[in-house]
Amino acid sequence: MDWFYSFPNMNDDTLRNLKKTMDEGFKAFTRSYGDVIETFFRPLQYFLIQAEKFMTTTPWPIMIVLIAGIAWLASRNWKIVGGTIITLLLIGYFDMWSDAMKTIAMIFVGTVVSIVVGIPIGIIMARSDSFQRLVNPILDVMQTMPSFVYLIPVVMLLGIGKVPGLIAVVIYAIPPMIRLTNLGIRLVDKDVLEAADAFGSSSWQRLKNVQIPLALPTIMAGINQTIMMALAMVVIASMIGVQGLGQPVLRSVNGQFFSLGLFNGLAIVGIAIIFDRVSQAYGKRLQKHQEVVHG
Amino acid sequence: MANPSPQHAGIRIKNLYKIFGQRPSAHVEAVKNGMTKAELNEKHAHVLGLRDINIDMPAGCIQVVMGLSGSGKSTLIRHINRLIDPTAGEVIIDGDDVCKMNENELRQFRRHKTAMVFQKFALLPHRTVLDNTVYGLEIQGLSRTKQEEQARRWIERVGLKGFEDNYPNQLSGGMQQRVGLARALTNDAPILLMDEAFSALDPLIRMDMQSVLLDLQKEIKKTVVFITHDLDEALRLGDRIAILRDGEIVQQGTGQDIVLQPADEYISSFVKEVNRGRVIMVDTIATTGATPPDLGSVTVKSGTILEDAAKTMTDANQQYATVVDESGKSIGVISMNSLIQAMVTPISHLSAAAE
Repeated sequence: MDWFYSFPNMNDDTLRNLKKTMDEGFKAFTRSYGDVIETFFRPLQYFLIQAEKFMTTTPWPIMIVLIAGIAWLASRNWKIVGGTIITLLLIGYFDMWSDAMKTIAMIFVGTVVSIVVGIPIGIIMARSDSFQRLVNPILDVMQTMPSFVYLIPVVMLLGIGKVPGLIAVVIYAIPPMIRLTNLGIRLVDKDVLEAADAFGSSSWQRLKNVQIPLALPTIMAGINQTIMMALAMVVIASMIGVQGLGQPVLRSVNGQFFSLGLFNGLAIVGIAIIFDRVSQAYGKRLQKHQEVVHG
Repeated sequence: MANPSPQHAGIRIKNLYKIFGQRPSAHVEAVKNGMTKAELNEKHAHVLGLRDINIDMPAGCIQVVMGLSGSGKSTLIRHINRLIDPTAGEVIIDGDDVCKMNENELRQFRRHKTAMVFQKFALLPHRTVLDNTVYGLEIQGLSRTKQEEQARRWIERVGLKGFEDNYPNQLSGGMQQRVGLARALTNDAPILLMDEAFSALDPLIRMDMQSVLLDLQKEIKKTVVFITHDLDEALRLGDRIAILRDGEIVQQGTGQDIVLQPADEYISSFVKEVNRGRVIMVDTIATTGATPPDLGSVTVKSGTILEDAAKTMTDANQQYATVVDESGKSIGVISMNSLIQAMVTPISHLSAAAE
């Protein structure tokens, strides 16, 4: 009855060998393809470095005007613009300006990559049920797998630095983008689609004229979620060498610096709120036609 | 368009069958050999949508397809532009079988030959009235100037001038359907498909839209296929009416045919409630026997409905009137008595009296 009380697990040697084979296999893969993969991600690295350089070398007053300007164009709301300026001034006053700019650059690039990769995947998912069945479990894994676990192979392949950090951010932040694009397109009113068909739309015209515009509120919610999740990854990404507000937080965890952690944490919250309010206001403004309803 | 007379496209539907389910084609033969809808559902879990539909829709006429919900009328109209693929049969328009077109031909056909108006309007909510109206021309790739020129003309024609820049949900249901109509007309296709186009509107607006359509039809002379569940609407609009029940055509003919000679109990029960004075024409009750002694000089044209004839006669305070054809030649006499009889008498008696 021994097997009843202790689980009849795999033979220790077999298990050890299995793990060893997997590790060695992956290491061999890293040795032979690491360079190729690094080259593949080089454009991304360039994009990231340029964005960071622009954000950190531009004098701060110009940066504030620029960000406030974007906030105004997107939201057309003075309250949001005011809040943005005050938050940025506070961040600068508490000597977190350059870290904050690095973080914003990272979030910006991570979000752009998530949108560029995520929306097409979401569109294909909405068109093909079998592709949806394939992708859904992958997204589940991406969202639930502890981020440290997928940081291991990424670091093994690409080493420590910006690009692996960015990949970690994108892996964590892209699922809502894909899911909500898929959902938004699937929820588009069947009657309107039928009308588009009846007038002889090609599938591209259907997508461009009907599906994307009608799914836009949902897609915007996906972008908003992606930004929020990317910000949540900033601290974890700092563990593999991503600079920005995450680094001081990590340092304060190690050295028990309460105030340092608090200030940087609040700065992340501040940036999150700016991104959230501005992107939501923009999403709402795109939906202006739904506000005015016939009495 | 290469076709020299695009406005003359009749529609011929031949032996059309539609079965819904996993393997529809496997059961067509059984249905052709007389398997009923209930049997098919019970034995094979397939739903019979349409059975052996044959309709000849002449060009330039309004063909109404009437039926209650579940009769297959919306399925039928979607076969004309193949939003639904048939299981068997042909839909022939301008000599081409719509069912045999490939994807590209079908798209061209939909763009240039048909336009559709929907029960739930199906407008693009993020586009203004003008941008909705140009949709058909936009996807054809016409220049924006041309699109707008056409669209503005039809927006004005359906009575929406001044609303070009409004969004659909700023408009009432009736106005939204006017946009739907303008969108379809802007396409300038010879065939206009209207799927319960006015069913979602309240009665007064519906009457109003019916008048708009009849008015327009005098000018545009398109082949209109109009789906409805309302016999009054069918009789008012239809040059020809086909009545559908459980996926089969029970009767086809003019409104008068259907009111005077309902094919079965089912149709009789509909027809009972109809205002016969607005459907039956004077020709039906005109007699050529002996001229009544007090026949006055009142004449009514052939094709006049009883209600209008009665009004003419009461206005002139006459008991009798002469029915004349286009050239003014007498083709018979009607009396006030026969007029009233025809308006109220049940069918069986009426056909005896008209002999």
